Amino acid sequence: MKADASSRIACLFERLRREGRKGFIGYITAGDPSLDRTPDVVAALERGGVDLIELGVPFSDPIADGPVIQRASERALRAGTSLRGVLGAAAEIRRRSQIPLLLFTYLNPVIRYGLENLARDAAAAGIDGVLLTDLSVEEAERHIEPLRRYNLDTVFLAAPTSTPARLRLIAQYSKGFVYLVSRTGVTGVQDSLSDSVRPLVEALRPLTSLPLAVGFGISRPEHMAAVGKVADAAVVGSAFVKVIEEHADASSLETKLESLARELKGGFAS
Amino acid sequence: MITSQPDAGGHYGPYGGRYVPETLMSPLDELEKAYYEARQDPDFQAELDRLLRDYAGRPTPLYYARRLSETLGGARIYLKREDLLHTGAHKINNCLGQVLLARRMGKKRIIAETGAGQHGVATATVCALFGMECVVYMGEEDMRRQRLNVFRMRMLGAKVVGVASGSRTLKDAISEAMRDWVTNVSDTHYLLGSALGTHPYPLMVRDFQSVIGRESLKQMLAAERRLPNAVFACVGGGSNAIGIFHAFIPEEKVKLIGVEAGGRGSALGEHAARFCGGSPGVLQGAYSYLLQDENGQVALTHSVSAGLDYALVGPEHAWLHDLGRAEYVAASDREALEAARLLSQTEGIIPALESAHAVAEAVRRAPHAKGEIFLVNVSGRGDKDMDIYRENFPELDES
Repeated sequence: MKADASSRIACLFERLRREGRKGFIGYITAGDPSLDRTPDVVAALERGGVDLIELGVPFSDPIADGPVIQRASERALRAGTSLRGVLGAAAEIRRRSQIPLLLFTYLNPVIRYGLENLARDAAAAGIDGVLLTDLSVEEAERHIEPLRRYNLDTVFLAAPTSTPARLRLIAQYSKGFVYLVSRTGVTGVQDSLSDSVRPLVEALRPLTSLPLAVGFGISRPEHMAAVGKVADAAVVGSAFVKVIEEHADASSLETKLESLARELKGGFAS
Repeated sequence: MITSQPDAGGHYGPYGGRYVPETLMSPLDELEKAYYEARQDPDFQAELDRLLRDYAGRPTPLYYARRLSETLGGARIYLKREDLLHTGAHKINNCLGQVLLARRMGKKRIIAETGAGQHGVATATVCALFGMECVVYMGEEDMRRQRLNVFRMRMLGAKVVGVASGSRTLKDAISEAMRDWVTNVSDTHYLLGSALGTHPYPLMVRDFQSVIGRESLKQMLAAERRLPNAVFACVGGGSNAIGIFHAFIPEEKVKLIGVEAGGRGSALGEHAARFCGGSPGVLQGAYSYLLQDENGQVALTHSVSAGLDYALVGPEHAWLHDLGRAEYVAASDREALEAARLLSQTEGIIPALESAHAVAEAVRRAPHAKGEIFLVNVSGRGDKDMDIYRENFPELDES
């Protein structure tokens, strides 16, 4: 296995650390509003200051997602988006940009595609890591082996309710970074950021030297500021997806996403 | 001897397991621990037995269906009368078990999903009995198909929440219940109604339903001094089937026959026969046979019976299938409807449309099985299905 330094995700966090900056991670559902548009959407987020893209694969039964991302999945599926199509869009993004890409998907489309096939094709498309939403650490071992063989990072979720024993396994199986869920519940925007983040960060720090990113419910600059004080990166998903929902038909969509990204990123400076 | 017990991770062979986001793991661990403790506690079991007897009406009769058997001219057909239980279906067995567990865990609020509405009604019933808040998620399409059960739940004091996402049926109701649970886990128990979903649900639901098979086995020996040649049950998620099968699994001479919904055709989307067109995949926390498209998206299913209309089969059934211990076949909408009419007119028993699928397969085989004994699980009664029967038998509805 190659050293960590070869991963775009590891390089990103190393650079951020040296520069004393926090990471900004943006989630979008690939194929919403269409796969053709996904590379433009990613480019807009990158121009707005997003450092890493989570490329969501739409699934028919997204149990971890709130209404905003559920609707994005339905739109993307109606537009004919498949895992194979998402990998095609990733390759197009990679032709234009070196932004790190994390494939964010439920397990079933991957099982159907074949885990080994996915690892090979994702690596070839320029994807840097994979987060399997409904893969618990209990079931993780045989799933991460092919991904690691193709030098893909594997990111796992940690929750405020995760026990110390589980956090140890999450840290052990994660590579690239660890994704901390700020609260119990599903994805979606909220007014205030949960207080349960800080104890979770404190519980994980002694277990891993990996960067810690916090997501779920981050939609305002002040949330970014709060996350920046305790963790290494903030993940914004539903807030971007909502803009896509509201402006999918407008040519101004990319401009709107770019300015929202810039506004949110400003939160780190406050 | 074949037995069927999950490993520590809830796997039945390769099936089952726990495929859920990390946010759900801690509530599942808590539930598993509480359940294993309750299972060892004789007081818990005694209270459950008392409620099953005094409130739900157990034991249910094992009834020899003489006119049906004679009409078909072959096997002697016995019916396990779960349709005579309070609320009209086997669902109450599991609901009583889980509500006692929820109370033991200090939960104040119960949520559930429902397809046909039978599980929702049983859940609303036990919540009324124990004075607990009850919210039932139900796909809007199912609410339309099962209007009477929606009202029954409300009459019992439950809140019924329509689910408008996805296919607006059972699987979408389950997803919505899981989202509620993960958000409100501290005071809420998710009372899942079938032997599906993530560990420990398939185990727990099977344990609570296996009273059906234990009773049947004893009653069969008392009636005939021998075991049946074959046991028939319909399989949606598979709780009534695993419930009646379980006691017979070690009795390898007894054939176990699960009947899925063959719907109105063999194309994807026209049926809910997971063993006939499905392939292993993950849905809502479990790995099992799943109806899905070539991209791994869960397929739409169809059945005249809302309770069998689900894309994944319970994981223990997948394992029994692969072991060859149980056989799974499909009965079409029309076969089920005709079987329901036959049972109604030979025995005066109108079965639920779900149960009619099991009856249909027994009816198909009985003429070729002279000297054999069949045991059929009539898992529910047909009152809730009267609108559908009426639509499908217009010749009976002439004024």
